[in-house]
Amino acid sequence: MANLKTSEKKSKAQSMGLHTEVLTGKTQQKFFNPDEAENFYYFGTYDVDFNKRTEIDVKNMDCREANKKIDELMKDGYGTIVIKNPQGKHSLGVGILNKLNLIFEGSLGYFGCGSMDGPIVRINGRVGWSCAENMMAGKVVIEKNAGSCFGAAIRGGDLICKGSVGARTGIDQKGGTIIIGGDAGAFTGFMMQRGRIIILGDVGINLGDSMYDGTIFVGGKIGSFGSDAVEAELTDSDQDWLKRKLKVAEIGENFDVSKMTKVVAGKKLWNYDALEPTEKKGAI
Amino acid sequence: MCGIAGLIHRGNTSNVGFELQGMLQALKHRGEDSTGYALYGKTDGENFIMRFKVGENVAEGSSSIKEDVSVYDERKKIVDSYLSELGAKVIKEDRILPYSLRYEIQYDKDLMEFSQKIESVEGVEILSMGKSLEVIKDLGNAEVVCSRYNLDKVVGTHAIGHARMATESGVDIKSAHPFWGYPFSDVSVVHNGQLTNYWNNRRVLENKGMRFMSECDSELIAVYLAEKMRNGATLEEGMKESLVGLDGVFTYFVATKDSLGMAKDTMAAKPLVLYESDDLVAMGSEEIAIRSILPQEIETYDPFDGEVKVWQI
Repeated sequence: MANLKTSEKKSKAQSMGLHTEVLTGKTQQKFFNPDEAENFYYFGTYDVDFNKRTEIDVKNMDCREANKKIDELMKDGYGTIVIKNPQGKHSLGVGILNKLNLIFEGSLGYFGCGSMDGPIVRINGRVGWSCAENMMAGKVVIEKNAGSCFGAAIRGGDLICKGSVGARTGIDQKGGTIIIGGDAGAFTGFMMQRGRIIILGDVGINLGDSMYDGTIFVGGKIGSFGSDAVEAELTDSDQDWLKRKLKVAEIGENFDVSKMTKVVAGKKLWNYDALEPTEKKGAI
Repeated sequence: MCGIAGLIHRGNTSNVGFELQGMLQALKHRGEDSTGYALYGKTDGENFIMRFKVGENVAEGSSSIKEDVSVYDERKKIVDSYLSELGAKVIKEDRILPYSLRYEIQYDKDLMEFSQKIESVEGVEILSMGKSLEVIKDLGNAEVVCSRYNLDKVVGTHAIGHARMATESGVDIKSAHPFWGYPFSDVSVVHNGQLTNYWNNRRVLENKGMRFMSECDSELIAVYLAEKMRNGATLEEGMKESLVGLDGVFTYFVATKDSLGMAKDTMAAKPLVLYESDDLVAMGSEEIAIRSILPQEIETYDPFDGEVKVWQI
């Protein structure tokens, strides 16, 4: 924490008598050092062996107990963990910051696998709202459907749903790839800033509303475009990337990507300076 | 927040009181200021069941003003005399709590006139009127309300319920869900969300003779649908019109004597998870509500924005 102490060197605010103390101390921000990269681990991460496998039944556990148990198993070096009977519980598999094979035999509730960085997760059921929110890296595969806010604010990794997803998929997305095998709801890609979303089925109204950047590919019908979302030319390199990505994701390998619609930000909402004051209100 | 849950057994009956209690209790973290049940029981289908209150629950946490039980007794006497004046014959009478009563009534005239007369008594509100519907609502979580009213043995075809976190109005029974679709027999509504054109709609509907008993925005849905149905619309037509007529964010359930429906606003801002099979439909704000009655692996999904669905028993 920074210390408060007085200083003889006065700022303008201090000379006006607004305050007398100045903030000093050491920043809490950690800067990346390439010399330390090989030895760099998050606090609370473990070196696990993928060949060391175990199963736990979380039927009679609450989410805290289940997550603690996963943490203990990783601490013991288990690299493949199978979770039985998740039964729609919320917040399972969150905050995992190391490599891990995590398999859920059943469905998750809200916020499953949120804030994770590295694991490969397979969910043999459905997920509720905000699955993999804030994911940094790794891969999550959902065999059935997903709720709304799927992949909200993800920064990286691959998030794959083989079924359909709810509204606001990829809201505030900042990186990574979201792949949907079925349909997606309204406001998909709402305010996304970077990354890619692939939807093989139909998508609802207001696609890409207020998106800053990033790309959305849609295989089916589009309900409507959101503010500032525009269609762009689907290039050969886009098609190559789509084919490769769908193959790696084990989903829609034979899908005809040449017929997909590519949607990007028109970037008109930023040009407020070019608008008259009365027009600004409409743009906002 | 608030949580809603509903289920319908198609072609069968079940212990819906117990099942709904489990579903709502699983959602208690979404709010436990009050909990309400709309149960569609197995009845002879001839007499009306009137659930009504003559006062409020003034337990700790309630926003109601404390009244003496003698006031409740006095109100009950007036209600009894009005029933007699209306030509309604009370077949069976249960005073479950000092402020909460259940009457079985023989009555074959206009329900609006009936309701207006009964509710003209200060502090009296009809919670439900129907030949199969019974609305039970009170302060506390699902287990508390269920045990207070002995609901776990109620057998029926379908039910909807609500776990409430009071945000827009008081912690009291009059603001609790479900709301009866006055003046229609056997219509009830539960809602999760906020309606932003409540007052505009309320003024219009009151001018058309519709009645509001609370200042809870959710009551608008029941009244809105009732008014549509009064003008000849089917339940499903009324629900579809509500997607445009009601502004705000909402997921709501509505039930009638033989059907259960759901509607979701055009922004899909409020959650709903749905399980559908040939003999059972179960839905709730979260999957854990459904899991309380179906712990095995099942196929569920989130309905999309602007979706309306209705199922028959």
